[in-house]
Amino acid sequence: MHINTFDHYLHGHSPVHRLDARVKVVVALLFIVSNVLLPDGAWLAFALGWLFLMGLSRLAGVPSSFLLKRGFIVLPFALAAITVVFTLPGQPLLVLRVGSTDIVVSDAGLIRFVSIMIRSWLSVLMAILLTTTTQFPDVMHALRHLRVPAVIIAIVSFMYRYLFVLADEALRLLRAREARSAQGPAGTGGGSLRWRARVAGNMVGQLFLRSFERSDRVYNAMLARGYAGQLLTLNPHAMRRQDWLHGALALLAIVALQVVGRVVG
Amino acid sequence: MNTPIVAAAFQLHIPDGFLKLTIAGIAWVLAALAIILAVRYARDRFEERLVPLAGVMAAFIFAGQMINFPVAGGTSGHLIGATLAVALLGPWLGLLVMTSVIGLQALLFQDGGLVVMGANILVMGVVPALVGFGIYRLVAGRQGAVRLVGVGAAAWLSIMAAAFVTALLLWLSETSSLRIVMPAMLGVHALIGLGEALITVAALGFITRTRPDLLREGVAGGGRGWVVGGLALTLLVVFLAPLASAAPDGLERVATNLGFIEAAETAPFTLLPDYTIPGLGASPLSTILAGLVGVALVAVVAGVVVRAVRRQTT
Repeated sequence: MHINTFDHYLHGHSPVHRLDARVKVVVALLFIVSNVLLPDGAWLAFALGWLFLMGLSRLAGVPSSFLLKRGFIVLPFALAAITVVFTLPGQPLLVLRVGSTDIVVSDAGLIRFVSIMIRSWLSVLMAILLTTTTQFPDVMHALRHLRVPAVIIAIVSFMYRYLFVLADEALRLLRAREARSAQGPAGTGGGSLRWRARVAGNMVGQLFLRSFERSDRVYNAMLARGYAGQLLTLNPHAMRRQDWLHGALALLAIVALQVVGRVVG
Repeated sequence: MNTPIVAAAFQLHIPDGFLKLTIAGIAWVLAALAIILAVRYARDRFEERLVPLAGVMAAFIFAGQMINFPVAGGTSGHLIGATLAVALLGPWLGLLVMTSVIGLQALLFQDGGLVVMGANILVMGVVPALVGFGIYRLVAGRQGAVRLVGVGAAAWLSIMAAAFVTALLLWLSETSSLRIVMPAMLGVHALIGLGEALITVAALGFITRTRPDLLREGVAGGGRGWVVGGLALTLLVVFLAPLASAAPDGLERVATNLGFIEAAETAPFTLLPDYTIPGLGASPLSTILAGLVGVALVAVVAGVVVRAVRRQTT
């Protein structure tokens, strides 16, 4: 598996790609915080937030269809929020009679539910936009400058480096199992549930041993190259004038969204 | 790769927008405290070897989550890995590894939110480290069936405790109704936890047979205090979960007194009033039946949604 498997739009040359990663991380985080702070039913602000995102994605040359498709990832969690439709007190909109029980859909509940889903959706779109226009090591550098502890950054960077190596290892194990497995006429696999779980567990154990030994080798190789507990970089990561300018503009837009959401709704 | 990602999205990773900022903030504070302690203790123990070891092990947990096994009807069980991580690496390093996994899943795959990441670290890192390692530590020195059952219980209970805390966070954020989401969360994760327990037991069994020397590392990573903390949290969940599912009014009253809920939340009608089946009264049987109905409903809807999403992404 290649390290850029998921990063189809990472190497663009748009103004958004060129923007300093610190600015992008801060803007993305503040946009998400601002979404969470918008009151229920602030439709105009939600719509403007969506337009802001679509404008950014157009500027970045990331097709909006790509964003929207990946944004579906928040959908399963809608199940947890749907319950407010039935339990939040408000004007009844729809009464379903099931047996002797009335199921009431209240207006306040429906507004809360739709608002939660929109907030979540806008937030995830912003996060997707951040990762499709910023290389992961740049995000890590940005977080380092934003005072996230160096050890955590180093561990996550290492994880990123070996993620694809070990994912390949896992795929090899899965392929080997596939190659040695037959499928019954009804499309069923063999063995009891316990046996199948045990095979999967053995594979996980095997993967652990391979990973553990690899971490030893990696550590020894690092020592051989003069590692003393710190990862070093030559990249100065300096903020330019346009980084400050674009960051300020984006912050202004977020503040405006918040004002619109609170005043107009 | 898409399937594991979709499967992972249906775990406990809360997306942004589902938690109130105050709740997300409190969770961040608790998670950050745990991480600071974990960095300190793990660095004392592993010194400059910490970074490569934790990084590669975090990648291992992520890759391990791809290994699945068919259960029934097109569904499959797979590893979440928190209990395995703390059992193999000790609670502090295990917590750091799970934190990295959650951070990378959120940053790279949008699996879990950025602002609510603290809550996800609390749910998938701190809680399983306490419950999973606490119970594992209790049986780590034993042999045979006691150890296997103990490891399985550690894995299952850590998932249940995580589901419990998730439901609490969602309720405190006024995103979900406790009386529906708590039994539904616990019901769904009782099944997910079963898959987790089976794989964790088998994986630890495999490592015990092949490299028993590696297991000492994990046990030495945390003292007896973890057993006390883990059992205390487990007992709390065991006592509070039925209370929250069957009689949430008690919990709601506590919350109201503490000022969490400003207005009394009494809907004129609810889906399953007081989470019991009408006609059966408020008997425990009625509550259990209502719980099962809730779980079945959620499972059916979840299956349809996951299938639709899977089609979208492939």
